[in-house]
Amino acid sequence: MSDTQDTVLSIRNLTIDLPEGGDRPHAVENLNLDVKRNEIVCIVGESGSGKSITSFTTMGLLPRVLKPSQGEVLFEGTDVLKLSDKQHSKLRGNRMAMIFQEPMSALNPCYTVGDQIEEVFATHSSMTKSERRARTIKLLDEVHLPEPERIYHSFPHQLSGGQRQRIVIAIALAMDPALLIADEPTTALDVTTQAQILSLFKQLKETHSAGIMFVTHDFDVVAEIADRVVVMQKGLVVEQGTADEVLNRPKHPYTRQLIDAVPRRTREAPPSIEGNEVVMKVVALEKTFHTSRTLFAPARTVKAVQDVNLTIRKGETLGIVGESGSGKSTLVRCLIRLTDIDDGAVWIGGKEFSRVPRGQLHDWRKKIQIIFQDPYGSLNPRRTIGDQLVEGPVNFGVPRKVAMQKARELLRIVRMEQDALHRYPNQFSGGQRQRICIARALMVEPEILIADESVSALDVSVQKEVLNLLAEIKEEMGLTMLFITHDLRVAAQVSDNIVVMNKGQIVERGNADQVFSNPQNDYTKKLLAAMPGQGWEVPDIAALERAGA
Amino acid sequence: MSTTDTSAPEGKTVTQKKEITPRQALIKRALKNRNLMVSGGILLLIVLIAIFAPLLAPHDPYKQNLLARMVRPAFMGGDSKHLLGTDALGRDMLSRLLYGARVSLGVGLLATLMSGIIGTTMGLLAGYFGGRIDQVVQFLINVRLALPAILVALACVSLFGGSITVVTITLGLLLWDRFAVVIRAATMQLRNMEYVAAAEVLGARMPRILRKDILPNVTSQLVVIASLEMASAIMLEAGLSFLGLGVQPPTPSWGLMISEGKEMLLFESWLITIPGICLFVLVFAINVFGDGIRDISSPEGRN
Repeated sequence: MSDTQDTVLSIRNLTIDLPEGGDRPHAVENLNLDVKRNEIVCIVGESGSGKSITSFTTMGLLPRVLKPSQGEVLFEGTDVLKLSDKQHSKLRGNRMAMIFQEPMSALNPCYTVGDQIEEVFATHSSMTKSERRARTIKLLDEVHLPEPERIYHSFPHQLSGGQRQRIVIAIALAMDPALLIADEPTTALDVTTQAQILSLFKQLKETHSAGIMFVTHDFDVVAEIADRVVVMQKGLVVEQGTADEVLNRPKHPYTRQLIDAVPRRTREAPPSIEGNEVVMKVVALEKTFHTSRTLFAPARTVKAVQDVNLTIRKGETLGIVGESGSGKSTLVRCLIRLTDIDDGAVWIGGKEFSRVPRGQLHDWRKKIQIIFQDPYGSLNPRRTIGDQLVEGPVNFGVPRKVAMQKARELLRIVRMEQDALHRYPNQFSGGQRQRICIARALMVEPEILIADESVSALDVSVQKEVLNLLAEIKEEMGLTMLFITHDLRVAAQVSDNIVVMNKGQIVERGNADQVFSNPQNDYTKKLLAAMPGQGWEVPDIAALERAGA
Repeated sequence: MSTTDTSAPEGKTVTQKKEITPRQALIKRALKNRNLMVSGGILLLIVLIAIFAPLLAPHDPYKQNLLARMVRPAFMGGDSKHLLGTDALGRDMLSRLLYGARVSLGVGLLATLMSGIIGTTMGLLAGYFGGRIDQVVQFLINVRLALPAILVALACVSLFGGSITVVTITLGLLLWDRFAVVIRAATMQLRNMEYVAAAEVLGARMPRILRKDILPNVTSQLVVIASLEMASAIMLEAGLSFLGLGVQPPTPSWGLMISEGKEMLLFESWLITIPGICLFVLVFAINVFGDGIRDISSPEGRN
């Protein structure tokens, strides 16, 4: 920290006030932080910890209501807080650049990718058109995009999520910045894409000798790329140090709690379910989507689900793992009959659920329930929690009064306050909403519970809480669970058996240990290899605490 | 708890914990919204005037007095017997305005209600089911949009004769297009929300989903369109009356009054401006009120 030559960014005693009426007085309090050349500093924290505010302040993109009240942000020796908007915008995109979380919304859909990269050169340099073009092609090549010439003329919607994120990175790299700020750049990406982007970051650190500030919530990503780690909680830095120190010998209780919440790759041997009755059986399920020909596009058929066979026994947790586009969501919609299947059959408890006529479907809905991915979209914002909880039982003829009693009981089980019944969904956090959704699904006492990416949108510690809750409830009520996820770590933690899906087909199946320790299929091997933080053995927090105490 | 209605008794227990019920919160937000309070006040005033017109009117609105024709309003040098003057037949302007509010409000409300029900139903069904039903609804919307409202209204009124009933029903059957278009689009969007899927999985049937999960979430759009359509219905009624095809004289209607005053426009312009101002204030208040309702009732506005 002593050599100012090497320090790109140095934040000193930074405090940013929150407007009155917030949940705390400061968004960020007394923050001290250094980023050096050739270094990746990871800022870790859960949502609301102030990590994004820190990166926005440095970039001068702070919303107007937030004002830094104290401290300085030294970028290459000058305090950027004192710069005018105009001076700051000269630095932005030039000496410092930012990479955002959502590659879709960070690019303008109206311009070609080439135009958007060239714009940076046009703003910050006096290159000629042909020079700009040459540099752009070189950049596209540098971020490992195939056929730079073709990509140059593409529009964002013609590229995949990973490719778009590479474009965003290329834009950030255009002027060879001294500081690169990446705000959760891989959170929206699939595991295999994430692995590629992370290795790209590691390369850039060397080739561009830039300082990289990497904001993330995922400790496995930290383990993969960080040189130094800063842990934030509620606007305060609770711990900082080298990656080795923080990851393997965390000192602060909050860091320990976070690391403890990282999904483990192993779990104790599950109770045998071999002899149990089969609750659900899926035979040769097929679902194809057709889009009819339009003036501009030819007709297309997409085989979303092909020849899927599953047998699920009572008390089993079956993990269905796949990346986006693997057909797992379509499979789920077919299983609960939100979509009709084309061929095959779904049997639930000796009845062919997939052939129950629409009119009688009502009576069979009870047996199978689902918890959705998005805790914000799965509750009706205009109805109170109580009203939504009793919906199910009331539909099945239970008197409202009795149902309300049950709702109270279930709120207790999912550890929510009773007065939640009279509130609206927007008064709850993501984790609380997800617990409400669990309660809602359990109101009708289903036999099978499907969790469709139910913890993906949650912070690690909240994720752990919800997973534990699900495991407990499953045990208590003797539920059978289908756990759909893109996250192998989570799947490994909760599932007895796992199936891996790719392009609508099941490519591998087996019990969890077997799939993880000895994968047979190439795709599964690729997925496992892409998991971040492979080299990091999560420390035993309990042991650390004992030693420390 | 001993009641089936949950909001009432439990609302109390929540209040005891210094928590406010959703309804109280809504009222609090309403009181804070100045636009809503002012426009609401104006509307309330106009409604009260329309209801109590017989008690408030200083004169009989139909009684002609040819000796006191076109007396100027009191503030323009007329006498205090006719505060807003008299018209070309010597009828008291103030009394006619007070009674005229009944026509404007009545036609506006009823026509909007009718078209709202028609348009919302069509929009909900088209948006929820899609496919064939959607195609039919879209066809109907396009047909309706291809017909200029004022022309159809003129044709109907000249066929069936001008009366308040005919005008109201004609407008009610004409103004549903915007409801249908907007509600259809909003429903299509909501249809894909996970809470709708959740309701389906929880065994809710179609009418229940429409009523409980979709309709409440399109109310903000509904309120805004209703306020626009009500204003436009009032304007159309005035327009038709102005053309002599709407409400027939001697019934007092603001549109008709403007029409009757038009011959004297260059000499006694207040004959037109006074009912014109009334019409403007009413239409403006309705629009602002609609916006205000949307602002306070949307979930984003809650805290």
